[in-house]
Amino acid sequence: MTIAELQLALPEIFVLSMACVVLLADLFISDQRRGLTHTLAVVTLVFAAILSLRLMMAPGEEVLAFSDTFIRDRFGDVLKVFCYLILIGVFVYAKHYLRQFGLFKGEFYTLSLFALLGTMVLISAGSLLTVYLGLELLTLASYALVAIDRKSLQGSEAAMKYFVLGSMASGLLLFGMSLIFGATGSLDLNDVSAALASGMGESMLLTVGLVFIVLGIAFKLGAVPLHMWVPDVYHGAPLPITLFLSSVPKLAALALAIRLLDNGLIELHADWQGMLIVLAALSMVLGNVVAIAQTNIKRMLAYSTISHMGFVLLGLLPATQQGYAAAMFYAIVYAIMSAGAFAVLIMLSNKGAEAENLDDLKGLAKRNPWHALMMLMLMFSLAGIPVFVGFFAKWQVIAAALSAGFTWLSILAVVTAVIGAFYYLRVVKLMYFDDPEDTEPVAAPVDFQAVLTVNGLAMLGLGIFSGGLISLCVSSF
Amino acid sequence: MLDWPLLSLLTWIPIAGAVVVAALGQRSPDLVRPLALIVALATFGLSLLLYVGFDATTAQMQFVEKTIWIEAFNIHYHLGIDGLSLPLILLNTLICVLVIIGGWRITDRPHQYMAAFLMLHALMTGMFAAMDALLFYVFFEAMLVPMFLIIGIWGGPNRIYATVKFFLFTFFGSVFMLIALLWLYLDSGSFSIAELQQHEFGLVPQIWVFLAFLIAFAVKVPMWPVHTWLPDAHVEAPTGGSVVLAAVMLKIGGYGLVRFALPITPDAAAHLDWLVIALSLIAIVYIGFVALAQSDMKKLIAYSSISHMGFVTLGLFLAFAIARNTGELTGAGLGLSGAMVQMISHGFISGAMFLAVGVLYDRVHSREISAYGGVANTMPWFAMFAVLFFMANSGLPGTSGFVGEFMVILAAFHASFWFAFAAAATLILGAAYSLWLVKRVFYGEVANDNVASLKDLDGREWLMLTVLAVFTLGLGLWPYPLIELMEPSIQNLVEHIMQSKIG
Repeated sequence: MTIAELQLALPEIFVLSMACVVLLADLFISDQRRGLTHTLAVVTLVFAAILSLRLMMAPGEEVLAFSDTFIRDRFGDVLKVFCYLILIGVFVYAKHYLRQFGLFKGEFYTLSLFALLGTMVLISAGSLLTVYLGLELLTLASYALVAIDRKSLQGSEAAMKYFVLGSMASGLLLFGMSLIFGATGSLDLNDVSAALASGMGESMLLTVGLVFIVLGIAFKLGAVPLHMWVPDVYHGAPLPITLFLSSVPKLAALALAIRLLDNGLIELHADWQGMLIVLAALSMVLGNVVAIAQTNIKRMLAYSTISHMGFVLLGLLPATQQGYAAAMFYAIVYAIMSAGAFAVLIMLSNKGAEAENLDDLKGLAKRNPWHALMMLMLMFSLAGIPVFVGFFAKWQVIAAALSAGFTWLSILAVVTAVIGAFYYLRVVKLMYFDDPEDTEPVAAPVDFQAVLTVNGLAMLGLGIFSGGLISLCVSSF
Repeated sequence: MLDWPLLSLLTWIPIAGAVVVAALGQRSPDLVRPLALIVALATFGLSLLLYVGFDATTAQMQFVEKTIWIEAFNIHYHLGIDGLSLPLILLNTLICVLVIIGGWRITDRPHQYMAAFLMLHALMTGMFAAMDALLFYVFFEAMLVPMFLIIGIWGGPNRIYATVKFFLFTFFGSVFMLIALLWLYLDSGSFSIAELQQHEFGLVPQIWVFLAFLIAFAVKVPMWPVHTWLPDAHVEAPTGGSVVLAAVMLKIGGYGLVRFALPITPDAAAHLDWLVIALSLIAIVYIGFVALAQSDMKKLIAYSSISHMGFVTLGLFLAFAIARNTGELTGAGLGLSGAMVQMISHGFISGAMFLAVGVLYDRVHSREISAYGGVANTMPWFAMFAVLFFMANSGLPGTSGFVGEFMVILAAFHASFWFAFAAAATLILGAAYSLWLVKRVFYGEVANDNVASLKDLDGREWLMLTVLAVFTLGLGLWPYPLIELMEPSIQNLVEHIMQSKIG
């Protein structure tokens, strides 16, 4: 372990230290001054972003460290920077809710920072062990976050479900990894890849191992048929936790898929491609169709997540650089979009009652025209209507799939996008065409409003100036 | 002066105006109407500069602006116009002024109403000027958003069904075009429309690409049998929305066919022209009969629009049959010119008819034909305008409605007697439903107290109807400037589509 190696992992070390600092400092902060914990967590993210940006700007290709268990590359740096930025938004949104619902405790920040650390380790994982380490750190923190409202039966039920199913998925993944390890004799992703390239390993063993790994990835992404937990957990968890789950962990799942399938198992690409096709097609169809039937907006957005993960898989399955870049763009954009959508729900939640039914959005355009406009942009972006950024995400993955010859899958994708447009339009309809039941104006703190405004306008800005983010993603591979 | 990036200004000034109008509206609602009108007038004025500076002797793209937009995919912000897009842009900016004036009395959220229309028109201008296929697609789709809101917020009782249907129909059609454009990009390495028009590829992929374009634009035109969204949308939309929809939005379908389907896939178009011609003739004749059976004035005009747009698609696809039959190209351009003239003319006439219905609806709040009778007794001036427009709709010589239809029927004779026969049937049908409506609504005894208490046009309505009447008559009596404007581009297009692209 050298100083140079430690420098590569500086953001991780920093986030770990700060997570501990936040944990300790929070013990000495009184309830009235809990805002300090929040500020400390946001400052942590800002500095982490600076550290990662410095690494990103530094020239040089992929660097391996810590006996090849840690990869520092552009893909990782870019993804981490977006994780920090999105998490800042999540913190600001969450603060408003946590205050109102009496949950404003330091645990939220500590757990989120540990989940972030897990995500970062996963993003930079160079071996099967670090992949698993990062993933478990992320998911264990997530289970606890879902149960953060101890008095809520719904929350506990969701946490239990999430824990049981998540552990099973982790088990599947671990079992798959052990089979791959058995077949190739190595844990390092690069060595696994080299071993497979040299024709090592019994094909039966590899295929079984691959199936388990793909199942594990599918569970973490929430792809059909391993999607059952998504609506229940989204529904049961408090809104800010749902908001968190739909943002940073989705980027982690993308990293999980790219590290395992591309860095490690690219030689088996003919095998995993077929599985991803099935997962992608089922997710897009089922997610979009079932979302139409939902009256609870958290469940609707959960099914919408499932369909969007289908699109991410569509970008991954050609196993081309263009495809990975498209999937990365899609995942980042999706995390930003869904953060904004859940933020609007947080804003609409009054004391004691979460806004979770579609009807709660009725007449928002009359109660709060500006934030209704932000929600409108978010919804059209989720639906994939140009000039909003969601369109550029969709067409890039479709372009990637088409260029790899998946014409019918692309056509299926665009048809499901049309089906999906219906339920996003319904949200716009409720906000703009219906009269409000509750005429009280919607209020939120200034920082919340500012972040939501940036988030909404980002749909337009990232759409019109999508060239920059596209180049950033393309240059990551 | 002509160094200005006029096309960008035409696109972005109304968008900026829309933002300002929407932002101001909350605080000073009285300011938004004049402000929106000033923006619309300024845009119209700038579009006249296009007309002044346009060189009508060449088919080259003019007023070209080109900068890189998305480098990774070689997508450009590329604008330019030729003789095919200029008339449509002029029509668009003119109609924008008229709908702003027409919406003067809107009381529900007027600032959002004005902003939505400015936005819609800006996006349509951008779309007509786009020379990059992806840029075109972005504008093409983005304009669904303001129209969705216009119908949904300010529409009639069944507006939500209508607007969702409108949105999903158009969206469904256009996603296939997206696939086709992506396929073309992967095949040719470019999204530039000019390069795609030169790109050579085989017949089978051409047919797929052509069908994708056809679905996208047929929904927009709309052609039978994907027309069902239009009557709903028209009936439920506020008057301004109906006017824009009929006058400009339907033209996007025709324009798209001219810009994409014909020149990019000429072999497939020649191969499948029978399909489009058959659908067009069905639209002309069958929808003509359907229009005859309507009891709602807006619905009648909507069906009449579908029938008249059938002429446009017929004219566009006659060229191949003419070239096959006569072996020369002179007649082939006639159908295309006729189709383009018909688009512009239908823009004025259908817009005017919807405004006329709006005038009655504002006073009586009914669109049913049976709610009226003898309107000419109480509103003589209005009746004069209305009769003129309905006459023009039935193709009266001397009005613009005659010119386009006559050119298309003439071209149809070159292709086949039976095409011309079926197309000419519409002159009778069109006259039947138009004049029957005039008889039931305007002539006869005063039917009820509502009609008896009607007041004739006010200054604002006079202004709108006069402008449209001037254009309807002007284009009918002297269509030469318009035809001259388009001639080089049409000739160029004909020569282009007659050359096989199967490499």
